[in-house]
Amino acid sequence: MNRIQIFAIIGSLGFLAYVMWQIKKGKLREEYAFIWILSTFVLIVLSVWRNALEILAHALGVFAPPNLLFAGALFAVLIYLLHLSLTVSKLQAQNKTLAQELALLKQKIDRNNKA
Amino acid sequence: MNKSIKVAVIIPAYNEEASIASVVNAVNTVSDSNIMLTPVVVNDCSKDTTQQIIAGLNCVALNLPINLGIGGAVQTGIKYAYDNGFDFCVQIDGDGQHPPHFIPVLEKELVKNNWDVAIGSRFIAKEGFQSTILRRTGIQYFQFLLKLITGETVTDSTSGMRMMNRKTMKLLYAYYPDEYPEPEALIIYHRNGLKFGEVPVQMEERMGGQSSIQGFGAVYYMFKVTIAIIFTYLRQ
Repeated sequence: MNRIQIFAIIGSLGFLAYVMWQIKKGKLREEYAFIWILSTFVLIVLSVWRNALEILAHALGVFAPPNLLFAGALFAVLIYLLHLSLTVSKLQAQNKTLAQELALLKQKIDRNNKA
Repeated sequence: MNKSIKVAVIIPAYNEEASIASVVNAVNTVSDSNIMLTPVVVNDCSKDTTQQIIAGLNCVALNLPINLGIGGAVQTGIKYAYDNGFDFCVQIDGDGQHPPHFIPVLEKELVKNNWDVAIGSRFIAKEGFQSTILRRTGIQYFQFLLKLITGETVTDSTSGMRMMNRKTMKLLYAYYPDEYPEPEALIIYHRNGLKFGEVPVQMEERMGGQSSIQGFGAVYYMFKVTIAIIFTYLRQ
């Protein structure tokens, strides 16, 4: 095992520990944690088993193995960003409904207090 | 008819301290024995003194805790009007662009033609404030796009001055666009089989405040509304 592998493994494990710490504190919902744990797991596997990337790249017909990694990572990030945009849109709609209900209720209370 | 028609006049207001009082007072002078207008001011989390001013006016004051944008504010007013049993609601701008004495005209035309929505248009009689040439070009582009999609001609698709019946209120209760809702709402009416038509009105130049559409915002507006019109049409 060479030096870069050790760095990569330490980095991935540290990241995994941080994600788990956030879940434990209740700051990260498990459904979002899932994807982070999964990607950390992939990183650890690739750090330990260096040939994995080359075997996979060869099987898929990718000429330079690192390109497979970059393309794969970029695609995963893109999908995840789309997921976040969808989540934000949903939250915005819910937020709007809540604000409107609040304004209507405040008016009702004010009216009743005056009467 | 001995029972007067109840109309909620929805006035979305964002930082309109300069003009809101005169708009509300003007609305209140229009009511007569046939038509009862209730100003419903929706304060969209203004940073100025709009909230304090409307608290002292003869109107229903709805204060949003966060800024929702014009669409969200108008929808709040529609929800109020629907929940409180108003026969019709009409939207007018908080900056004094829409003279309230046209409200009974919209109501008469809506009832006479059996419409669900009556839209006040500046460009039929071509009287009053006609906006800038750039804006008119934009509005003509929307007219073309709407004609293409719905087959109906709307000369003033960006006009916020609209009166609607309870059927329309119920529909918009469930969904109303957030940003620049006016042209998109026309597609919603069309897709849901509502009948709408235009009534000639005169508009004034704004008394205070600033248009939400200027500079780079105008390009974004055109783009956003085009996308919204096409996707609203495709949505089932």
